[in-house]
Amino acid sequence: MTSVCRLLKPFLEGITAAALGLGLGVVLLGLSGFDPLAAYVALYQGAFGDRYGLTSTLAEATPLILTGLTFAIGMRCGLFNIGAQGQVLLGAIAAVAASLLPLPPALHLFAALVFGMLAGALWSLPAAMLKVMRGVHEVISTIMLNWIAWYLSLYCVATALVDPGRAEKTLAVAAGARLLPFLPGTDLTPALLLSVAFAVLSYWVLWYTALGYEIRAVGHNPEAARYGGMQPMRTLFCAFGLGGLAAGLAGVTQVIGRPPTYALYGDLSNVANLGFDGIAVALVGYNHPLGAILAAVLMGALAAGARTMQIYAGVPLEMIRLVQGVIILTLAVPELLRLFTRLRPRQWLPGLRQGRAGE
Amino acid sequence: VNELLQILALALAAMVPITLASLGEVLAERAGIVNIGLEGIMLTSAFLALWTAEVCTTVPLLAAWAPWCGLLGGVIAGAVLGLMHGIIAIRLQGDQIISGIGLNLFGLGFVAFGIVAVWKTAGFHQVPPAGKVPPFTTPWGTLSPLVPVTIVLTGVLWYVLHRTVLGLRWQAVGENPYAADVAGIAVDRLRYLATVTGAALAGLAGAYLSIDWLSTITKELPAGRGFIALANVVFSGLNPWLALLGGFLFGFFDTLALWVDAHPMLKPRLPFAVHNFIKMLPYVATLLVVTIAMGQARFPRSIGQPYRRQ
Repeated sequence: MTSVCRLLKPFLEGITAAALGLGLGVVLLGLSGFDPLAAYVALYQGAFGDRYGLTSTLAEATPLILTGLTFAIGMRCGLFNIGAQGQVLLGAIAAVAASLLPLPPALHLFAALVFGMLAGALWSLPAAMLKVMRGVHEVISTIMLNWIAWYLSLYCVATALVDPGRAEKTLAVAAGARLLPFLPGTDLTPALLLSVAFAVLSYWVLWYTALGYEIRAVGHNPEAARYGGMQPMRTLFCAFGLGGLAAGLAGVTQVIGRPPTYALYGDLSNVANLGFDGIAVALVGYNHPLGAILAAVLMGALAAGARTMQIYAGVPLEMIRLVQGVIILTLAVPELLRLFTRLRPRQWLPGLRQGRAGE
Repeated sequence: VNELLQILALALAAMVPITLASLGEVLAERAGIVNIGLEGIMLTSAFLALWTAEVCTTVPLLAAWAPWCGLLGGVIAGAVLGLMHGIIAIRLQGDQIISGIGLNLFGLGFVAFGIVAVWKTAGFHQVPPAGKVPPFTTPWGTLSPLVPVTIVLTGVLWYVLHRTVLGLRWQAVGENPYAADVAGIAVDRLRYLATVTGAALAGLAGAYLSIDWLSTITKELPAGRGFIALANVVFSGLNPWLALLGGFLFGFFDTLALWVDAHPMLKPRLPFAVHNFIKMLPYVATLLVVTIAMGQARFPRSIGQPYRRQ
């Protein structure tokens, strides 16, 4: 395979998976009595139709880049780290709490970022410790930690951080910690730059530092890495921690970078599901930090468009999650494209097969 | 004493879904296929079981059998999803963990979408009385028929795995598919059978959640029970009887949360926010139990690896 082909392959496979997902969406929409065309037109309008759609797509993509990185970095190290959800929650909680500390206003933004990211990393450590010390599979431990974080956050949101005036949300972050939108009236803020910067940084760490080399080596073959003088256990911790920092930052961006509320909702709906969407982002982005940026824009477009679709075509928002599920199922298949090229000559053109059998 | 019996009955009820899903996973993992999509399978089956049951109540001939049709619908839904997982994992040699994650996401989207599409309400739908699995009466209270079914299935699975040719072949396929293949065992076919049957059991667990125990369908009905079942499989070390015991333990913690939340004496004394900590219990307990049980657990050698004939 030539290098151009190799470079194109992820794009083609991603597009194939997305097309299959959206295609099944058409079937289900049609079967349940919705108008698929109207739904997808609304989806497109909401995602790319105008300046507002475009900015909300990028605003939705902002945290998804980061939660995508969490899973992608884990996968590079051979881990199925699906704990981003819990780490996002605690990152957001810590950011709100930190911005309320009695600090000079100039430090509020800094405090929110640092505490949020640390909270995310901290919440990833139990899973790393259980994996290293007891061999507990990270899928189980991170899911349990997600649920524990969920109820812990609900508790914090309903008690210490609640807005006394409006019980349905937390206190807003301090004015000094808020990132203002690029265009008034839209919700895209410099938080996008933060997550893109983190993605580029992750790319640099993974491919241009010793730590990144170790992470990828352990991901390929932990035994060989150990033989090569690395410490797979220590590397696992770093991969979990790096992912936790990313997920924590994702939580932070949702409170300091999302006008007009700059707060968490009482039901946590503005941070729910970010972790799981991140898995889709990472897989579509081929577990590559830069791929995650592109994939997050795609998923962000789905999320932004889904809202318009719900309003104008009456299609429930969650349809998008179904599409994501199909995309992931499709991407679980290795050599996806070869399936198509392989099926064709064998089944529809038996003559070809006979010709080759004589070789 | 009465209250103890009450908790025991509740724990038995909570044991059923976790144990059934665990049994299915024990079977699949013995044959070498990991399915972490249990949560999504349970959720999808819960929804489809309820829908089947409700449709059946309107068909004159089937009306009396509606709940049983519902259970069957759930089992079939589980089997179909299991077949999908099997095709990806066995025929296409895909990554089993990623496929499982896909199943989970698919379930989340499918059910949330389906609830709105079928009943035009967002969020949840109650099971009509005619579609509910009728409980039977014991001297100590009513119990779902699925409680004894679960216990019987545990015994059946143990017997099949340890005392029949089929079970031993399954284990051979999970340990060393190459050797099994050389010995003339149809590796792929047995793996399909285990995956589909296992997922069908998870489907039964899902159907139990909606049309029996909880009598409702919501967007997140299993609430992590699929993953608790996975943890329980680790705890059981792939032994069906230990899976039953673990299911009961996890069911107990699950119940404790429900029980405290509904208790007439305790409820008013606890501030509302503290309930979040009670709800956390089953997950904390799961983490602790897995931490302790891990290390002793031994899994089939070829677990999670696709088999390619050479």
